[in-house]
Amino acid sequence: MTSVFLNWAFIGEVKNPKTLVNEIKKKRRSGKISNEVNVYHDESLDEILINDSSGRIRRPLVIVKNGTPALKKNHLRDLEKGKIKFDDLIRKGILEYLDCDEEENAYIALRPQDVTKDHTHMEINPLLMFGLSSSLIPYGEYDRGDRVNFGAKMIGQSLGFYTSNYVVRTDTKSNILLYPQTPLVTSVSYDVFKLNKHPAGQNVVIALLTYGGYNMEDAILINRGSIERGLGRSFFFRTYQIEETRYGGGQVDEIKIPEKDVRGYRSEDSYSLLSEDGLISPETNVGDGDVLVGKTSPLRFLNRGEFLTGIQNRRETSLVLRHGERGVIDKVILSETQNGDKLIKVTVRDKRIPELGDKFASRHGQKGVIGLIVPEEDMPFTESGVVPDIIMNPHSIPSRLTVGQLLEMLSGKLAALEGRKANATIFNGEKEADLRTSLKKMGFKEDGKEIIYNGMTGEKMEVEIFVGMIYYQKLEHMVANKIHARSRGPVTLLTKQPTEGRANEGGLRFGEMEKDCLIAHGAPLLLRERFSSDDSIMPVCEKCGGMGVYDWRKNKHFCPRCGKSKIKEVKMSYAFKLMLDELKSLMILPKLHLGE
Amino acid sequence: MNYEKMLSSSILSEKLKMDTMDCFEKYKPTQKQAEKIIKKIEETYIKMSYEAGEAVGVVAAQSISEPATQMTMRTYHTAGSVVKQVSLGLPRLIEILDARKEATTPIMQIYLDPEHNNREDATKIAKRIKETKMKNIVLEDVIDLVNLAIEIKLDTSYLKDLQMNKEELIKLFNKQIRGYDIKIEGNRIELKSKKEEVTIRDLQKIKLKIFDMRLRGVSGIEQAMVTKEGEEWVITTIGSNLRKVIKIEGIDPKRLFSNNIKEVEKLFGIEAARNAIIKEACGTLADQGLTIDPRHIILVGDMMTIDGEIKAIGRYGVAGSKRSVLARANFETTVKHLTEAAVNGNVDNLDSIIENVLINQVAPVGTNICDIVFKPKKSKK
Repeated sequence: MTSVFLNWAFIGEVKNPKTLVNEIKKKRRSGKISNEVNVYHDESLDEILINDSSGRIRRPLVIVKNGTPALKKNHLRDLEKGKIKFDDLIRKGILEYLDCDEEENAYIALRPQDVTKDHTHMEINPLLMFGLSSSLIPYGEYDRGDRVNFGAKMIGQSLGFYTSNYVVRTDTKSNILLYPQTPLVTSVSYDVFKLNKHPAGQNVVIALLTYGGYNMEDAILINRGSIERGLGRSFFFRTYQIEETRYGGGQVDEIKIPEKDVRGYRSEDSYSLLSEDGLISPETNVGDGDVLVGKTSPLRFLNRGEFLTGIQNRRETSLVLRHGERGVIDKVILSETQNGDKLIKVTVRDKRIPELGDKFASRHGQKGVIGLIVPEEDMPFTESGVVPDIIMNPHSIPSRLTVGQLLEMLSGKLAALEGRKANATIFNGEKEADLRTSLKKMGFKEDGKEIIYNGMTGEKMEVEIFVGMIYYQKLEHMVANKIHARSRGPVTLLTKQPTEGRANEGGLRFGEMEKDCLIAHGAPLLLRERFSSDDSIMPVCEKCGGMGVYDWRKNKHFCPRCGKSKIKEVKMSYAFKLMLDELKSLMILPKLHLGE
Repeated sequence: MNYEKMLSSSILSEKLKMDTMDCFEKYKPTQKQAEKIIKKIEETYIKMSYEAGEAVGVVAAQSISEPATQMTMRTYHTAGSVVKQVSLGLPRLIEILDARKEATTPIMQIYLDPEHNNREDATKIAKRIKETKMKNIVLEDVIDLVNLAIEIKLDTSYLKDLQMNKEELIKLFNKQIRGYDIKIEGNRIELKSKKEEVTIRDLQKIKLKIFDMRLRGVSGIEQAMVTKEGEEWVITTIGSNLRKVIKIEGIDPKRLFSNNIKEVEKLFGIEAARNAIIKEACGTLADQGLTIDPRHIILVGDMMTIDGEIKAIGRYGVAGSKRSVLARANFETTVKHLTEAAVNGNVDNLDSIIENVLINQVAPVGTNICDIVFKPKKSKK
């Protein structure tokens, strides 16, 4: 007896599992039951799982009966003419959706010519095995699976023309590539997903060459001439937001240039960019710490009637450009919130020209950062005078086996020569042999290699170098967003230790393991210096071992506990002092015995 | 030539002196040669020794744990091998350093004395050692609910192998199972309670007890395999029971080895346990293709056994027995150590490293190990 489960719940047993499964399939194909029902017969467990629940991922396949696919030429013709729709094919039982369970029972042919009597289904197109991003990879079937995966991930990180209304949008963070191009080597997915209208990359001439070694460990050399002509240039937009809030008790925020007697007033210089209404004007250059919108707020925790007289009864709460960022004011939008408060949005635009450390990637999971920007005159050139835009290290290829990238280079080269786009759809791309013969016809070497001259010495290189065209993407990881250093800076209130994180101008932690390293090296004096960011001198009572206090009037230290003024000043980390205080709050009284 | 006299004045350790002596006696160098050799050894010896103030503990910890991080992913499997999977790699290393009572895969290596060093005797001993329980030879078991009896069908071929007859079996049953009548017919055993009132649960309990009955062998030894190492026959066992095995005739008790360190300590003492820790830890790392200076592991082994009993590396062992309150609180279970110290009124003298790092003073290691020892005379005023 075979157990039958409906949505993983046991509903009964049957004697002939095959009949049940076939009956359900038959009814589904003829439209008598919903096409969302899937049935799966697990022969090893002797179970039938019928599933019609939501949230399953399913994909369409062509039904094969007795070795012939149900999808015929006339169906395609009708589809093209618009006589029938995709859904009609499903209703007629020509296509059907399988979920991952039922797929286990199916035997799927990749192409019509592969279909045998045993097959139950056929792919509509083998490309459908891939997801959105991975189907974009040209010659992806020649790459190793992990590389396809990485490549798909990086396509998602590439900068491009993601929307055409970016001028009016107010995304908090967005990037726009300045001269986007559609790929020379494309796949049908680009048309299907309309990505030719939203390209995210540029076609570059690339050479596989070490050339000085600045491209080791996956770095790339980039042609300064190409950068100056606009390669990899992008805009970075950041939108800031500020509200004029109304508080209880009739108190309000005020958007205007703050007056001098406001608490936390910055220098007069910081407000110089603001116009009279307290807002900055578009197209002004702004830098680190500049005020974008001037605002003052009422003091916190101030009850009514308790107004301080005259001076300092408001505090400064202006909108300031983020630390370490710069740019040009792109737009200033005046609006109001749902509560009717005044709302101001300021978008800052920063032009990002490729610099040392910016990340680029091809579509085959070959990522790298710029290791050196080479002056155009120093770049190598081919016999015909072509100078590559990017020089990639050949060591990236053998261990990763991204043959797809090599084919893309070859195919891109041919496409550029013939002035057309090359089709490199997975499983349906132009064949390598065809590429070779066509290249030969164009008067180039069929393997894509070129005679190269050293740009710095003018000498001919001893070996021929593989040169081709490839689609390169600038990824959103740019050094400008990540660079960070500090010598002195803000500290946290509680521990007096440096703040954490780039956004807070924080320090770089010298952590536990780093500490161990210094101990292992026998360098305790250096260690003390490293950890002295919160050094403080504490008055300690010699008699009772508690903390002393300072008496301002008498200009003297004394011990509040035993009243004596036998106080010694001790240098210790503030964190330790804090720990002693916390121990006291836990009813543990620590005492310090002072020695020489 | 009096080598001994020459060596006696040298700075070398006793072990090194002995080793050099052995070499001298073998190769018989001249006086001059011997002097030169001793000088060279002394030089290397001094070079290899640590300077005062070197943080050997931290260096040992780093030297072991850095390669250990690489070990995580590299667990290899041997397919189709008869040998049961032995725990190795990082899990095994953690097991050793944690001083667990039971090794997950205890193993013994039994060497044989010269008279029994042949295949026949080795297999004989192996068979004797291997534990056979009732459950290994049961073919079928039924609890008769009507008659309230247990029926067991045995594989008689096994019984023959074990050289066990009916009488012996009945004796065994009578000894272990009380209050039941036993009937044996051919390969069938029937048990019936002498008492009238028996619940099914009782029967189940008795059945499990029967299944767990040991027929032959040493308890705890699941498997015993005979292998040849060079000229020698060695029995490798899964499961370990040194106390019993050492009494078996024909084995070489001097070379008997178990990877269960606690067991080694119990039977052979703390020195043997120290050696076992060092050998096992070195072996585990070497199996993974990692080379570590054995002195780091020796230091760990020494620390674990220094008190005369095995202490784990961690909260309840080595780190938990530090003298300084702050150092212990800095490691794990902060609250426990602080409250304990508060209750007992402990004093931390701040004379070790961690405490001083904690309050940010110069710690007494490395360049700060030296101190000025000078007491100025008190001026008479």
